[in-house]
Amino acid sequence: MGHVYSPLRKPLVDGDKSLHDITHDVCRSIEGKPTALWWYGFLASAAVLGVFLVVTGWTLYEGIGVWGLNKTVGWGFDITNFVFWVGIGHAGTLISAVLHLFRQKWRTSINRSAEAMTLFAVVCAGLFPLIHMGRLWIGFLWVAPYPNLRGPLWVNFRSPLLWDVFAISTYLTISAVFWYIGLIPDLATVRDRAKHWARKLFYGTLAQGWNGSVRNWNHYEKAYMIFAGLATPLVFSVHSIVSMDFATSVIPGWHTTIFPPYFVAGAIFSGFGMVLTLLLIARKTMRLENYITLDHLESMGKVIILTGSMVGLAYGTEFFIAWYSGSIYERFAFINRATGPFAWSYWIMVSCNVISPQTLWFRKLRRSPVFLFVMSIFVNIGMWFERFVIIVTSLHRDYLPSSWSYYYPTLIEVLELVGSFGLFFFLFFLFVRVMPAVAFGEVKGVLKMGRNYDPTGASAKKHVPAEDKPAEGSPEVSHA
Amino acid sequence: MPKEKNNFFLGVFTDEDDVKAAAKGCNEADFTIYDVFSPYEVHGLDRAMGLGQSKITWVTFLCGLMGTTIALSGMSYANWWDWPLNIGGKAPLPLPAFIPVTFELTVLIGGVSTMLGLFALCRIFPGKKARLFHPRVTDDRFVVVIEIDEDFDEAKCREIFAKNNAEEMKQVDHDYAADPADAEASAEGGAA
Repeated sequence: MGHVYSPLRKPLVDGDKSLHDITHDVCRSIEGKPTALWWYGFLASAAVLGVFLVVTGWTLYEGIGVWGLNKTVGWGFDITNFVFWVGIGHAGTLISAVLHLFRQKWRTSINRSAEAMTLFAVVCAGLFPLIHMGRLWIGFLWVAPYPNLRGPLWVNFRSPLLWDVFAISTYLTISAVFWYIGLIPDLATVRDRAKHWARKLFYGTLAQGWNGSVRNWNHYEKAYMIFAGLATPLVFSVHSIVSMDFATSVIPGWHTTIFPPYFVAGAIFSGFGMVLTLLLIARKTMRLENYITLDHLESMGKVIILTGSMVGLAYGTEFFIAWYSGSIYERFAFINRATGPFAWSYWIMVSCNVISPQTLWFRKLRRSPVFLFVMSIFVNIGMWFERFVIIVTSLHRDYLPSSWSYYYPTLIEVLELVGSFGLFFFLFFLFVRVMPAVAFGEVKGVLKMGRNYDPTGASAKKHVPAEDKPAEGSPEVSHA
Repeated sequence: MPKEKNNFFLGVFTDEDDVKAAAKGCNEADFTIYDVFSPYEVHGLDRAMGLGQSKITWVTFLCGLMGTTIALSGMSYANWWDWPLNIGGKAPLPLPAFIPVTFELTVLIGGVSTMLGLFALCRIFPGKKARLFHPRVTDDRFVVVIEIDEDFDEAKCREIFAKNNAEEMKQVDHDYAADPADAEASAEGGAA
């Protein structure tokens, strides 16, 4: 009846924890007083968020003329930020859904914070197209499919920009639902530990009276699997659709069939970069080293090599096809990327995304938190520049040489980019303070895994029921 | 549902393998298992206590299908029937171009309905008071709750529970509910 785990499997949770230890270790960071480190982080991100609100307010008041866009380069930092943040938002669902379907149990200690990160990244992403519309207050009227004030004229369902609206809002909703469903049992635990009435009310309302009934777990387990099954194609569809914003146009450098897989690989790459950045901070500041172990970090490092290499392959393929296609416009667009006025951004992208992740082939480096942290920052920078390169370098020298131009972002645009990080980190700091940042309900389920770790395989221990338990050892009996 | 509510017999366990074996034993002995409680999802525990497949898959399937229908018919109505738009001379009813939105709406409506279906099937809602059968059942204790009816045989039940390392066994009233505030008290007496 008992579980039999291979003795070759390494433990997923270090430190010989009991079930109660797990609850305690995770809950203490939301039950005690916040640490000084948390306050610094929270206030700093709140300040940056304040900057974001001011510059965005100014943009909406004055119009997008405050940006450095011109007639030739009509998409700049705004759409770059949008695509960048959507990409960041892919790792969470990948970790929670795809790894769930593949039965990758190591996902349990990182999926909660990765899902939260997804949600916040998609929030940041969604803001930029809305701001880019300039007149935010009538944005809804432009994209919502209803017979509108311009006569009985509907939105164009053939347009990838409209697909984007559906993709992003579906993704945001389903990620939030997936996250919340995963949270319910853990919120019930927090509710039952709560002493203050306000905490009891808050967590009690969110936990909806969950009491751990196996009749409910029966539905829950199936529902969770369904969500994983729905979210997996969804996550691939979202960045594919975002890539079609470009791929269905006739701009050289954009008009290519490689875009959907290339964007998805890049999204996973950048998402894992951001997950590493956040988890390395959370692991240290919240003392979660026993849960987010070096093995977790190493696994994420491996995903980064894989996706980084895929992205590198895509860069090479693009370049090759631009030459091989015989289209002089395509060829020019790519040679211009690598050697033209924006060559600096192209080479930042290549060195951060293709060259630097290759260092992770060394096991020592994959298992070094400091090195991984530096690497994750490089990945974040590189992937932002990838979006920038694709958008700006393809636009700035178009078919008509007389309209060629350059693009200088204004201070407002730079502050909007920086400010969106403020929003992201503000939400994340709030999350780790209010919600259990590790899905401890799921971690408990994998606690036994690898407890009998023994590379020699000599002593595979099994669960032995106490067949003939002596009577004096039996528990006391009470009648209520 | 019986008119007269039965009292319960509880067995408290500290290990997922023990509770699974105990639930299986009770199911095989034909006791009426009111429910089993577990702080986390123990794979196979639902089968051990005799539960079948969850019906929630139907909610997803039917609502997803509804999403597909709404999307396809809605887009066809808007862009083909109500106001045909000529865009670059392309087909007035371009099914391939409708696929992305159709997919997204299928997932959206299917997913949100699955969440609501889960709440309905579990009978949980905001404001519901959780009925716990052990103060630490959302932390680290597993409880098998047997209804005391005509099939119940206390001696046999005790034997099943004791064989599987039960930490505690007791008979409680039909309206019993543990208070999570007692968790610390039971922590001292509890075995690791």
